[in-house]
Amino acid sequence: MAYPYRHERETRVLSEHFGDPAARTLAGWRERGGYRALRKALAMEPNAVIEEVKSSGLRGRGGAGFPTGVKWSFMPRDESRQPHYLLINADESEPGAFKDRELCRWTPHQLIEGALIAAHAMRARHVYIYIRGEFFEPAQIIARAIEEIYAAGIAGQDVLGSGIGIEVTLHVGAGAYICGEETGLMNSLEGRRGQPRIKPPFPAAVGAFGQPTTINNVETLCAVPHIIDKGADWYRSFGTEKSPGTKLFNMSGHLVRRGNFELPLGFPLRDLIYDVCGGIRDGRELKAVIPGGSSVPILRYDEIDIAMDYESVAQAGTMLGTASVIVMDDRTNMVKQVRRMVEFYAHESCGQCTPCREGTVWLAKILRRIENGHGTEADLDVLLDLGRNMTGTTICVLSDSAAAPVASSIAKFRDEYLALIGKADRAGFAAAGV
Amino acid sequence: MAEPKAPANAPMEQVTCTINGITAQFPKGMRIIEAAERLGIGIAHYCYHPALSAPAMCRMCLVEVEGAPKLAPACVTTVADGQVIRTESEKAREAREGTLEFYLYNHPLDCPICDKSGECKLQDYAHAEGRKRGRSLEPKRVLGQDDFGGDILYDGDRCIQCTRCVRYMREIAQDDRLCIVQRGHRSVIDTFFDHGVEGSPWAGNIVDICPVGALLSKDFLHKARVWDLDNTPSICPSCSQGCNIKIDTRDNLVMRLRPRLNPHVNSYWMCDYGRLRYDWINRSDRIEVPLVRDASGKLTVANWQDAVLGLVERLKSVRGRATTTVVGSAYLGNEDNGHLARLGGVLGGDARIFRSARAADEVPCPGFSKLARRRDLAANVRGLEELGFRRAGSDEGTGGLDGLTGGIIIVLGDELEDAPPDFGADAALFVVLGHAISSAARNAHFVLPVTTFAEQEGTFTNVERRVQRFWPALQPPPLARPAWQVLGVVLAGLDDGPAPADAASAFLRLGAWSDAFEGISYEAIGSRGALLNEPVRLTGAGQEER
Repeated sequence: MAYPYRHERETRVLSEHFGDPAARTLAGWRERGGYRALRKALAMEPNAVIEEVKSSGLRGRGGAGFPTGVKWSFMPRDESRQPHYLLINADESEPGAFKDRELCRWTPHQLIEGALIAAHAMRARHVYIYIRGEFFEPAQIIARAIEEIYAAGIAGQDVLGSGIGIEVTLHVGAGAYICGEETGLMNSLEGRRGQPRIKPPFPAAVGAFGQPTTINNVETLCAVPHIIDKGADWYRSFGTEKSPGTKLFNMSGHLVRRGNFELPLGFPLRDLIYDVCGGIRDGRELKAVIPGGSSVPILRYDEIDIAMDYESVAQAGTMLGTASVIVMDDRTNMVKQVRRMVEFYAHESCGQCTPCREGTVWLAKILRRIENGHGTEADLDVLLDLGRNMTGTTICVLSDSAAAPVASSIAKFRDEYLALIGKADRAGFAAAGV
Repeated sequence: MAEPKAPANAPMEQVTCTINGITAQFPKGMRIIEAAERLGIGIAHYCYHPALSAPAMCRMCLVEVEGAPKLAPACVTTVADGQVIRTESEKAREAREGTLEFYLYNHPLDCPICDKSGECKLQDYAHAEGRKRGRSLEPKRVLGQDDFGGDILYDGDRCIQCTRCVRYMREIAQDDRLCIVQRGHRSVIDTFFDHGVEGSPWAGNIVDICPVGALLSKDFLHKARVWDLDNTPSICPSCSQGCNIKIDTRDNLVMRLRPRLNPHVNSYWMCDYGRLRYDWINRSDRIEVPLVRDASGKLTVANWQDAVLGLVERLKSVRGRATTTVVGSAYLGNEDNGHLARLGGVLGGDARIFRSARAADEVPCPGFSKLARRRDLAANVRGLEELGFRRAGSDEGTGGLDGLTGGIIIVLGDELEDAPPDFGADAALFVVLGHAISSAARNAHFVLPVTTFAEQEGTFTNVERRVQRFWPALQPPPLARPAWQVLGVVLAGLDDGPAPADAASAFLRLGAWSDAFEGISYEAIGSRGALLNEPVRLTGAGQEER
């Protein structure tokens, strides 16, 4: 749907070559200006590359929105003592998110170029691309691209004749959501159970294989070649002061047009839904929007007059996350939707922290009971209380993510819960003539 | 800029922080849970164990650190200067209550049939700080039991996934036999392949460190309620390592042995060989009364007075006229064997021997280098050697008795199971001091009932010459007496000083008889033991002259 569809309000930087199979090959990518930025970066001092990315204001696209240049500057400046690693998080598994998949599918060299620039900036000599196990096609495409760059001398012991050695390895995960958490990913990469690690120590000090490590999202690194090529000021010409640049918005749900749309940050959510995506399908009414992937609080139909940048979305009480917008129309059973999301988290909890291991499944069971019409009003208090006990008490934030939609849906759609509560019981009593 | 380095012998850097209103200094880098313990503040925990790595996953030890946005796990967060920590604040308490509710959500609450009940941390914490009423209406997850092999049974429903057992096998036994399989609420501890922990010499410790009733000892299964057990500090008798143990008894029977912390000897651990080798202490075929061979040549019951006086008379009559051989026991203390050695010396022309089984190899504990199941399969071999006893017989603990004809033979503790039927028949005097009825005693002139190590106070000397105390865990048969007491009275009858009144003074006499034991007293040994020839000298009055 989205390719070759292109809305006139889009600003295509990262996604310019989506739908163009020729851009996947090294030759095709070079024709489109590829690896020019890498050559430029290799001629720069590593610290100058970091400064350039810092001044571009690029923020991590994996969900947290942490400034990328600042993150890179946490790495030790001296690589002589320990090897540094750059990990690329392509374990995109958040329900609603499908941007990294498309970036890997259509522009593998864009990702690799960004990764090599980042590796140079952080003096990393080895790049690992950790890709989600279910991404069969993207993994094959990336594997082919890696073969091409090794053959062309773009990776290996002497990158583009610069004398700098950077190895690139593709690692295919086994398909666990939690391996997208950065320290869980490191454990998985090392061959351990994919369980998040306690921080501190932070990855920049003790990361993969116990060495200084930075982990970046696919979309973040895809923006880097453009910043190096065209400059930080050019990048800042998009988006807002605090959220510069463009962003892929992954639009799904009951929309006329679904798919990835690249827009400057700060784009109005209402326009995104009603203009770019053509509004709600079948002429129905909007009920709810999840603006940043399944783990963020839900917005109601009357709360969508916000700008889609990190600050404005946070001000509305939710998060931009991965900008994976899930749109739900007025036929949606909110309890069922929330139950479905919580079941996802229960299934994907790694199980090391007790509040998450037991809490996610408990929430899911209560929600299912309510959905089946056997709930009580007291269940809502228990749900909220469990959610509170699951928030901020665990090593990673999966537990918080499971609790967030529960709390926000009860706050915003309480009447839907109440309508379901005791429904089956009442019907049973009526049938029995009680 | 490199800062000037502190000299290597500089005192450890200290930080000052406040825990629950108490301000104190701690070494930099200390974990909050350890710092709190120093102040006598206990912080609830499951996954943390002082001898293992801390994954901070049980989420029980969360404490409030002023200025931190979230509660901090006390098991990995280190103390810092100016830190203000609250373990009992509303926020910390609520977090514990909430987490405990999650623990109980799938827990079967089968305390009435659970062996761990009474020493279970889930029970303790839930009683102390858990919600008064459960709120779950959902059916519980059922995982069932799994036989892990060896002595270990696993109950998945009770398991709280703290992974202490997994980490113990990886870090201490260094024999990765356990892991978590599955994830989330489906995760469960499991073994690789079918053999599980079968054959692992150190696996029994996972039962002790399991904070709940998930890992059970088949040997102890449904044998006793732990609140009915009496716990006595003791030393494992089964090899010369001298692991510090607790003897858990009920109705005057040993129910189980468990390790007791001694960082110099065995840390928190003991081997399965020692753990499961206590049946002999519970033997009921005991020598109950002193027996003396009468004029008609029959062994007849005597009272202690007649028996001891009779023995002294006989000894006086044969003293100096025959060679003396004393046979010591590596299962009895320094005091007992020391008095036996002394008696041999007083009688003159003595030979001191002992027989003790010896394994082909040591079984080291990879994660705690001081600890191994030693080759000598009895606790006091080193003590006997220090007291001048010589090993006789084979590595099976048999033989070595062939040359013993005529003369005086005094046997302590050794049951002489392999002795020929006429052993001791031609001896000038044959005395047996023992625990259990033994056919070898048939030719003895005196058979005297003595207590086992578990029924008396005393000391063993371990393989590194560390003298360690044990205490009476069981009531002996009414007429059995510690061997040092019997031998002390006999020596007094032979005008060799007054009989010692208690084990402490019996031990002090060793110092006068043997250079090795000089300068050590029960006080100096304390609870951690003292090395021979490196005595911990007390500076109190009366001690300085030594």
